Amino acid sequence: MIVTEGLSKRYPGVTALDRLTVSIGPGVTGLVGANGAGKSTLIKLLLGLAPASEGTSRVLDKDSATEGAAIRAQVGYMPEHDCLPPDVPATEFVVHMARMSGLPRAAARERTADTLRHVGLYEERYRPMGGYSTGMKQRVKLAQALVHDPRLVLLDEPTNGLDPAGRDEMLALIRRVHADFGISVLTTSHLLGELERVSDHVVVIDGGRLLRSEPIGGFTSSTTSLAVEVTDSDAHPNGATALHDALVAAGVAVRREGGRLVMVDIPPGEAGERGYDTVRDTVTDLGLGLIRMEQRRRRIAEVFSTRTDGTPADPTHPATPAPAAPAPVAQEGAGRRAE
Amino acid sequence: MPNDHAADPATTGGTPAGTATARGDARIHDIGYRGYDGPRLGRSHARRALVEQSVRGAFGIGRSAKSKILPMLLLAIMVLPAVIMVAVALVTNLDDLPLEYTRYAVMLQPVLGLYIALAAPQMVSLDLRYRTIPLYFSRPLERTDYVASKLAALATAIFLFTSLPLVVLYAGALLAELDAGDQTVGFLQGLAGAVVFALLHAAIALLVASLTPRRGFGVAAVIAVLTVPYFAATSLQVILHDLGNTAAAGWVGLLSPGTLMDGVQGAYLGGDTDFPPGSDPSAGGMGLAYLLVTVGLTALCSFLLVRRYRKEGI
Repeated sequence: MIVTEGLSKRYPGVTALDRLTVSIGPGVTGLVGANGAGKSTLIKLLLGLAPASEGTSRVLDKDSATEGAAIRAQVGYMPEHDCLPPDVPATEFVVHMARMSGLPRAAARERTADTLRHVGLYEERYRPMGGYSTGMKQRVKLAQALVHDPRLVLLDEPTNGLDPAGRDEMLALIRRVHADFGISVLTTSHLLGELERVSDHVVVIDGGRLLRSEPIGGFTSSTTSLAVEVTDSDAHPNGATALHDALVAAGVAVRREGGRLVMVDIPPGEAGERGYDTVRDTVTDLGLGLIRMEQRRRRIAEVFSTRTDGTPADPTHPATPAPAAPAPVAQEGAGRRAE
Repeated sequence: MPNDHAADPATTGGTPAGTATARGDARIHDIGYRGYDGPRLGRSHARRALVEQSVRGAFGIGRSAKSKILPMLLLAIMVLPAVIMVAVALVTNLDDLPLEYTRYAVMLQPVLGLYIALAAPQMVSLDLRYRTIPLYFSRPLERTDYVASKLAALATAIFLFTSLPLVVLYAGALLAELDAGDQTVGFLQGLAGAVVFALLHAAIALLVASLTPRRGFGVAAVIAVLTVPYFAATSLQVILHDLGNTAAAGWVGLLSPGTLMDGVQGAYLGGDTDFPPGSDPSAGGMGLAYLLVTVGLTALCSFLLVRRYRKEGI
């Protein structure tokens, strides 16, 4: 889908991209980096909107430098920032954007109705967008990127500004864009944790350089962790301890985290399915109430050594995502060859 | 990668029925995702669509009721004198209209100026302010396409605004059975003047409006650019004329869009001007200068506009 070779972009005094060589195949790809790592610059170059200082990039087998218009006809783009005029209803706006992509009027209307429904915008699409919640705005922004049925969409920080529930919905939607719509996705974030939930492949860049490019399995151990929180009961004044002990007795690898959480290792495959059942049954047998069961990956912390999964990043410290501890820098071109 | 879109057989006439809740007929359609295999008409189609949408926007059509009020009010004010003139001509059996077609726009320049000051920022500042620009440029559309479309749209809007009262006048003149030949020539001259007026003012106003994402500033700036030089030039003309320098009074008219327009019409479209007596540009020397400056100024503003958008977006 996307191949870059030694792609560099230098502005006076700043190197936004530094000899980036990476190859991105079909599916959902997460592009991770701190603010200012070069994510938006990369998108700009891929769309052919700015010339590269050095190197080449090809999108859908077309050269970004010379065939930008042809690329943009087949690619959708969702910007990070607000881009919706407040006094126009979503339907009208998306129809207009569909026509800007070259769709005839009737097709633009039909595709708009379909797309807005798929992103989950119903009656409110006839109201001016100024009154929309952040979540609804993000959906409209996604819809305008999908309305011309592109082969690839570039999403810049699609979960920005959303509350946790909104994030989950947006991530599920991104997953559907590939799984149900058949459209490949390149999505950026400064949070690896949320990208690894939806991506097949993750690319990490920092300071314009490639840190890693690997299938998602490479980032996370094949064993997932399940965080379980339970209530206390009269029979078990400390529910967490009771669950921990019961699971140990059942032969499950388990450890405590904080005061209330029990972390259970879930092996991949068949055994994993049984693992979930064991946890569920153990909790029921103990007569405890289940507050939450949440999947976690274990090795995330090793990639961004100072940041654990699910912890909101502090945007005022762009330097936090330190390079992966002893991990080999830049396994260049390790990704699947596109097309 | 082929788009393996799930085509669903349950498609019911293409209507998006997936939202239907189980009420009444108790059927829920989820028709899944359908791809798009239809035509992609490319840049020229996008340009036309953008022109159309922008012209509609300049009259508040397709926007909120609130944004329709001012353009429509100004249009009514613009047409009203024409209606009155026609009524007077019909009632009193005049043998000519009280005003030449080419004079109409000059006479109503304050109204026109207000409309242009309203329409130009509406056309560009919203896209800048709400940062919609990147959405355009991430599509096949090039920057020049965007600028050309917006220019064409504003020129069209100004032309419609200027020529509607002329149409009223012409229709009224024919109804009053004035000399059809004379009236047609005058009407066509008026339309030609409106075209030149629209192109020149669209280029100037759009350039000024595109410099700020704030609509209010844009409105004020366009009014200033259109009126301040106009009043300066006309006052200077009167002063120079009083000093006895009629030729210089004629040349000073080159300094503002309004007098420029007036001069071009005076020289080539057979009309009077508001210039002091004796300083009217002739079709030869000074008239040519007026024409060249008009064309040059339009071209220069368009060029600067393209440059202004070269780095805009994303």
